[in-house]
Amino acid sequence: MGPEAVINKSLAELSRALQSKETSSVDLTRAFLERMDTGQGLNAFITVDGDRALEQARAADARIARGDAGSLTGMPLAHKDIFCTKGLLTTCGSKILSNFVAPYNATLIERFNQAGAVILGKTNMDEFAMGSSNETSYFGAVENPWDRACVPGGSSGGSAAAVAARLAPAATGTDTGGSIRQPAAFCGITGLKPSYGRVSRYGMVAFASSLDQGGVLTRSAEDAAYLLSVMAGFDPRDSTSIDRPADDYVGSLEQDISGLTIGLPRQFFGEGLDPEVGRRVEAAIEEYKRLGVKAVDIDMPNCSLAVPCYYVLGPAEASSNLARYDGVRYGYRAPEYADLIDMYKKTRSQGFGAEVKRRILIGTYVLSAGYYDAYYLKALKLRRLIAQEFEQAFQICDLIVGPTTPTTAFKLGAKVDDPIAMYLNDIYTIPANLSGLPGISIPAGFDNAGHPVGLQLIGRYFDEARLLNMAHHYQRVTDWHKHTPAGFA
Amino acid sequence: MLTQSDVERIAHLARLHIDERESKVFSDSLSQILALIEEMNAVDTSNIEPMAHPQDVGLRLRKDAVTETDRRTEFQEIAPATENGLYVVPKVVE
Amino acid sequence: MKWETVIGLEVHTQLLTASKIFSGASTMYGSEPNTQACAVDIGLPGVLPVMNVEAARMAIKFGLAIGAEINRHSVFARKNYFYPDLPKGYQISQYELPIVYNGKVEIDVDGLTKIISITRAHLEEDAGKSLHEDFHGLSGIDFNRAGTPLLEIVSEPDMRSAAEAVVYLKKLHELVRYLEICDGNMQEGSFRCDANVSVRPEGQETFGTRTELKNINSFKFVEKAIEFEIERQIDVLESGGAVVLETRLYDPDKNETRPMRSKEEAHDYRYFPDPDLPPLELDEAFIEAVRQTLPELPDAKRARFKRDYKLSDYDAGVLTATAAMADYYEDAVRKSKSDPKLVANWTIGDLSAYLNKENLSIEDSAVSSTMFSGLMKKINDGTLSVKTGKQVLEMLWKGQGADATDESTAAESVIIKFDLAQISDRTKIEQVIDKVLAASEAQVQQYRNGQEKVFGYFVGQVMKATGGKANPKQVNEILKKKLND
Repeated sequence: MGPEAVINKSLAELSRALQSKETSSVDLTRAFLERMDTGQGLNAFITVDGDRALEQARAADARIARGDAGSLTGMPLAHKDIFCTKGLLTTCGSKILSNFVAPYNATLIERFNQAGAVILGKTNMDEFAMGSSNETSYFGAVENPWDRACVPGGSSGGSAAAVAARLAPAATGTDTGGSIRQPAAFCGITGLKPSYGRVSRYGMVAFASSLDQGGVLTRSAEDAAYLLSVMAGFDPRDSTSIDRPADDYVGSLEQDISGLTIGLPRQFFGEGLDPEVGRRVEAAIEEYKRLGVKAVDIDMPNCSLAVPCYYVLGPAEASSNLARYDGVRYGYRAPEYADLIDMYKKTRSQGFGAEVKRRILIGTYVLSAGYYDAYYLKALKLRRLIAQEFEQAFQICDLIVGPTTPTTAFKLGAKVDDPIAMYLNDIYTIPANLSGLPGISIPAGFDNAGHPVGLQLIGRYFDEARLLNMAHHYQRVTDWHKHTPAGFA
Repeated sequence: MLTQSDVERIAHLARLHIDERESKVFSDSLSQILALIEEMNAVDTSNIEPMAHPQDVGLRLRKDAVTETDRRTEFQEIAPATENGLYVVPKVVE
Repeated sequence: MKWETVIGLEVHTQLLTASKIFSGASTMYGSEPNTQACAVDIGLPGVLPVMNVEAARMAIKFGLAIGAEINRHSVFARKNYFYPDLPKGYQISQYELPIVYNGKVEIDVDGLTKIISITRAHLEEDAGKSLHEDFHGLSGIDFNRAGTPLLEIVSEPDMRSAAEAVVYLKKLHELVRYLEICDGNMQEGSFRCDANVSVRPEGQETFGTRTELKNINSFKFVEKAIEFEIERQIDVLESGGAVVLETRLYDPDKNETRPMRSKEEAHDYRYFPDPDLPPLELDEAFIEAVRQTLPELPDAKRARFKRDYKLSDYDAGVLTATAAMADYYEDAVRKSKSDPKLVANWTIGDLSAYLNKENLSIEDSAVSSTMFSGLMKKINDGTLSVKTGKQVLEMLWKGQGADATDESTAAESVIIKFDLAQISDRTKIEQVIDKVLAASEAQVQQYRNGQEKVFGYFVGQVMKATGGKANPKQVNEILKKKLND
């Protein structure tokens, strides 16, 4: 199979090609490395170690030859630079970790290693996953392959751009308030955020621990099912990991969906939603109806307050999680300082970018004496109300469906100086994080500017199989997910 | 509304060096964010149990067993400053 | 003006787990710096805490021992502050919902029983250590201690003098060692104390402004530091000043307290529930299983010793100071079937003298309780006198008797080997006495003229002639009889 053929295949197809020895892991890995080399200029990757990748590929080929291969053996994958990779830089998009070579592997990386997958490289991201445009990265912005003047979304912007531009068959990401689903929507790919506790957080650099969840950015729901099958599972190193075996995600893709009910929250279709996005989403809902799915309107009033709630809880946890970057044990330390406190302050001020500082400050503020009850505690209670809204909704529907984002990809620089406008990008994605629920974004067409539109599905807790099954049926009858940006075909 | 002196106070708590210009910029953007946050007040949350975790589970407890070995050399290879196995920092005052 | 002192203590006890509270690194003391600080302990990016079950059990054990409430639902929270020995920039502790609350400890003050209320006891992780010496103006940080489980025991401000504080602290110290949840080693920092001290005019209800004293890590220093601080506060107040709410460091070399610079700024720890750790939910079965492991507690043991062995307050107190001491004593009494008072005297007296001389604890005694019981038996049945008993103990201590078939016959084999058995053969004693009397005509005359104190001289001579082995009771009796004839 030539490089051209390889590039445009889905992960599921590549998996079959590897197993049937139509291609080798080395050929596959080399094809993607060359594609990165030819300089697509998207700035999607922070670190690529070709030699190491090829070494892993050779080992995988040996494994395939031995007949000891699984579905991902030999598969090159890109990983968000938030997952610790032993012996490879793990920067989290920050200057403060710009020299950090992790001495251990994240559980997710370990699982992929055991499956025999190849690490193609580490993808660019918003600094500490704080951002919705990938513009807060210390390593520079990432371009959207559909429109290179536009952002790819964030924080998993590098992963989304890489998959959309066919620089990798699939990539991992993390989602704290929409950081997988929003860039997936902006880049016209599939992005799955599993339930909180489904994928281990061990070795995933923490942003907001009660919201963070690792997931994948892929070309299809089927590809996502392959990856989730390897990633999902109990990890004794993570106290929030749930001891429940993974479902058969691939096996349940084809299950019948007729008779299921989708709920359409009024609040996801109101003010702020770009009419073109709205139309594409409506069309997708019609598609589902044709597949025998029932649609009901639901009301989730508190969900409209998910953004304020999130901008208390996320920053609060982040302000504490990022306290460890103090220049003492690893990472960046300011070159000059007068004393200990000065070392802390200079290290952190030079090491963190503006958005990270902003969130540390707001988080410190909402937890500080005199403000805790009014902000932090209030947000925890509101979070409960939002979670209860989902519980009630799932009494009458099996999944919740709506747009992933209010608009399609916006111009680079357009919202850098307007944090509020930036934050509102995640208005439809945040509720699932607050409630720990799984969500997926799938391509549902394009707006008039040719920018992809994402359709979001939110499922019951641990109902990833149903989510993927629903997404897969849509992708069987549509081909939005098969479109490739011009210049990257 | 966050004043510049609020910003300076929390910046110190968070060990961030913020100069005059930055504290102005941050006090503006943080005030906007606070205004957004205060939209929460639209909802009555009295008698609602706070929800710190998105899952309803108890803490899992592990067996008391030593499972880790000495990895000092590896860990200190990535440290900014060490000496005789210790991490070195400017003098700590008590 | 008369002043009243008010003291509350916060005691940090390192729990005796093998591994740390949230990681699998060893808690062993004294290893090379940073060789027991794993990825979790040094707070690498991405690592997560997983709770040690034993730390929970030990905390519950303590709670049950002080009659406290055990929270079925307790929460780990983050206490946020920057310090180089605190790797994550926060300490995992418990804040609003501690695992143990509302307990009490009884102490004896001048013969009266006083109750000290325990507000709470919560689990937390210890920090690393900053070393300031030999670092040319820098500090070196060792994270070996980081993550060692601590139970912080917080009392109400129920103590009214430095002496009371020490009694309470000793009581806690004894208790945690009985429970085998802490080794109590104050030098190594496994049992540490901070004191909140204030004074107020006698009769006043509201508390005065307190100061918190740190670094008082021996019973002696606790007393001295508090006493110094009371004097200081009274001086300040009597000269018209005001006590400042602050943390002060005790300097044992200068015997003074001074403000801690690192604690100058106002505390704002921004506690919030640790999102990495779901709440600790305890069910009845778990707590009940811990209850089953509770040993007999010191107060109960002391009462039983007094009752069953007819011991004085003092003897019972010394013999129950540690569970090991009490076990030793009871083993010796049981195996020797001897008078408990006799065994108590020898344990507290001669045996303890040897232990103290070599600075050993009873667990490390060269003479085991079984060997000791063999000795007690021989004293109790008259084979040995006090004098020869001491000789045998010394020989046992020095390793004699090790060739005995078993430990219980070690004393006996020493007695035989060195011919130390008491002479209780009447004929033999009479022969010696006859000889002594025949050789001491002048003294016999004196005695018979009414100078009864000469009697001691005869006893001495008889003992000398028998190498101290003659049964003193028989010697007395026979001497009296012969002299009065």
